[in-house]
Amino acid sequence: MARMNMIQALNSAMDVMLERDPGVVVLGEDVGYFGGVFRTTDGLQRKYGEHRVLDTPISELGIVAASIGMAVNGLRPVAEIQFADYIYPGYDQIVSELARLRYRSAGEFYAPVTIRTPCGGGIRGGQTHSQSPEAIFAHVCGVKVVMPSNPYDAKGLLIAAIEDDDPVIFLEPKRLYNGPFDGDPGKPAVPWSAHPRGEVPEGHYTVPISKAQIVRAGRDVTIIAYGTMVHVAEAAALSLGLDAEVIDVRTISPLDSETLCESVRRTGRCLIVHEATRFGGFGAEISATVQEQCFWHLQAPIGRVGGWDTPYPHAFEWEYFPGQKRVAMALEAIMSAG
Amino acid sequence: MANRLRTRLHVPQPPARPGDRTDFSYLKLQPAGTQPRPDVKVSAQATLPLATGLVRVLDDDHRAVGAWDPHVEPEVLQAGLRHMLMTRIFDERMQRTQRQGRISFYMRSHGEEAVSVAQAMALRPGDMLFPSYRNQGLYMVRGRPLVDLMCQLLSNTRDMCKGRQLPVMYHWRQGKIFSISGNLATQFPQAVGWAMAAAIKGEDHVASTWIGEGSSAEGDFHAGMVFAEVYQAPVLLNIVNNQWAISTFQGFAGGERSTFAARGPGYGVAGVRVDGNDFLAVYAVTQWAAERARKGGGPTLIEHVTYRASAHSTSDDPSRYRPKDEYEHWPLGDPVERLKRHLIALGEWSDERHQKLAGELEEEVAVAWREATKYGTLNEGPRLDPDLMFEDVLKDMPEHLVRQREQLRAERG
Ligand SMILES: Cc1ncc(C[n+]2csc(CCOP(=O)(O)OP(=O)(O)O)c2C)c(N)n1
Ligand SMILES: [Mg+2]
Repeated sequence: MARMNMIQALNSAMDVMLERDPGVVVLGEDVGYFGGVFRTTDGLQRKYGEHRVLDTPISELGIVAASIGMAVNGLRPVAEIQFADYIYPGYDQIVSELARLRYRSAGEFYAPVTIRTPCGGGIRGGQTHSQSPEAIFAHVCGVKVVMPSNPYDAKGLLIAAIEDDDPVIFLEPKRLYNGPFDGDPGKPAVPWSAHPRGEVPEGHYTVPISKAQIVRAGRDVTIIAYGTMVHVAEAAALSLGLDAEVIDVRTISPLDSETLCESVRRTGRCLIVHEATRFGGFGAEISATVQEQCFWHLQAPIGRVGGWDTPYPHAFEWEYFPGQKRVAMALEAIMSAG
Repeated sequence: MANRLRTRLHVPQPPARPGDRTDFSYLKLQPAGTQPRPDVKVSAQATLPLATGLVRVLDDDHRAVGAWDPHVEPEVLQAGLRHMLMTRIFDERMQRTQRQGRISFYMRSHGEEAVSVAQAMALRPGDMLFPSYRNQGLYMVRGRPLVDLMCQLLSNTRDMCKGRQLPVMYHWRQGKIFSISGNLATQFPQAVGWAMAAAIKGEDHVASTWIGEGSSAEGDFHAGMVFAEVYQAPVLLNIVNNQWAISTFQGFAGGERSTFAARGPGYGVAGVRVDGNDFLAVYAVTQWAAERARKGGGPTLIEHVTYRASAHSTSDDPSRYRPKDEYEHWPLGDPVERLKRHLIALGEWSDERHQKLAGELEEEVAVAWREATKYGTLNEGPRLDPDLMFEDVLKDMPEHLVRQREQLRAERG
């Protein structure tokens, strides 16, 4: 076991897989010599060489498309898109190609590509370094979508993603890279070394894709969250003195509805929290699922908290961010209903 | 033993990494004044020598030589020097304010000021500019008050973007400078569309756009080239080849075996490669391309050979990926210094006047900063009303945003 922050855990996952499987290649803008703008691929090119860890031209379309081609020819590409906000030039290759290849060729062709990309706000990045686009990938059949909330899960899920024969969009909440974040930017930063999930095995292990995790057991209400919001939601529930059950979704698609619904059937109340814009957000899918499967157990309308339905504004970062206050207000409404 | 030929994956190598000495011989330079200046209506294919060579006007003795000498009045050159110096001083000062935590982020155009300033000066006020994030010189030429730029950087109560954009993502409709995007290369084909509209409307305005050499790998570049060629759009398509795209050198964008300008003739678009640190050369090439566009000759792809003398941005540390002293060996010098030396050689400038000008510009920047910060900074003073966040998503605010605005008011108490 070692203490790792999320960047080190992700780096370790790629290191382990580059070592174990000669077909694994890592590629992206600035990932090679430099080791990535967030330093997530630091040292990998030196260790595995320029044919395994590749700097690429600045073309997200090219990165995704070349990854598909490499995958079809037997490799396991782990592509980095420098920011999730820059994934759109590659969107057609993801939606029309990567996601449908297995289906349209009746399983003859498939592309085990992992696309890693930093997402989410809270780093003063403005509208082009803050987006959380999970819902627009969740809406695409044929790709898996993952978002870890801590170093342990990040490494285990990334290894699982690389080993998975299906394409995985792997979203990394960049606000969590260096430490857990409860939504209060005024507080001094907490490092992962002080957090139990910052303890990470050095070797190979996986965290299963499509399995949510109950991070805090409770009886009053089920809070369903992922990424940065797991930490914010937990802090908000604590601040109200609620005995909340907090579930980290971890895999957005395919969704582990069983874990979510089993909990809601017990608590009878449900709040869904994500950082992405609310309208058409992934919370709507979770809400519909819970409603369909738990309707007769619900004691209050299902609540949803998200970012406002605007681009992420530079000057109003903390008014935009769904912080503890917004979560707490939603929890109060749910607890006082019914 | 017979040599067995087999496939191989080539990985471009930069001329130097930290600790090495950069050898810039890959650059393919040629002396000033040696490129012929063809008629503006020459065919795109016939520009291939221009696209692979290098248009330079200022020679090593700081004189203007050859067919591309634009023969501009000294007053124009002095104005150009002023704008470039202002750009540099502004950049340096804003970089410092970022270091002091007064603004969140900054990007300098250090070393490539001529690329923006000379081109903007050679165009007409009615021409539309589609910049990247490293073209602040355009704002100096078109005369946007410094206070306005600073208020954008500060995201304060007078911010033209109403707090919505990262620093340097300016826009100026009246000054005909398009809104800067954080997403690379998008402006390139948009400029072509603007130029197509000018042609549809029968106006003689042209559009001009700038893209980094690294960004020219994006598909947007290809779309822009194809549309420009198909419709013979009146547009200047600039690739700013400053050798680096964050940590990645220009060979990773296709600059190893060909020049960027040479892509032009391949598409059926005129191509010119110009010394981007030579104010007169950039000015002359712009005049040529703009005249070509206005006379129905269509688009021109211009590669500006220059060097990103500072970090990519305030978030970047270039000593991790390139030699610290690389710029000292850069063979095309400093655009400010070169124009200054030329003016001195003409007897139209002096070191004393230069010093005095620099002092005046620093003072101008300092005065503007004092005013701008009165309208708030990132952390102090008056703040924009967060209600503004919900405006301009659509022309009319949809009902769910009205509700969210109410919700935020309640949340803030
Ligand atoms: C679509 C997209 N992909 C990636 C990025 C991240 N990024 C910002 S600047 C940059 C390098 C651009 O280099 P270049 O085009 O040469 O311009 P320069 O910075 O040298 O002016 C990268 C990769 C982005 N902003 N947008
Ligand atoms: Mg560049």
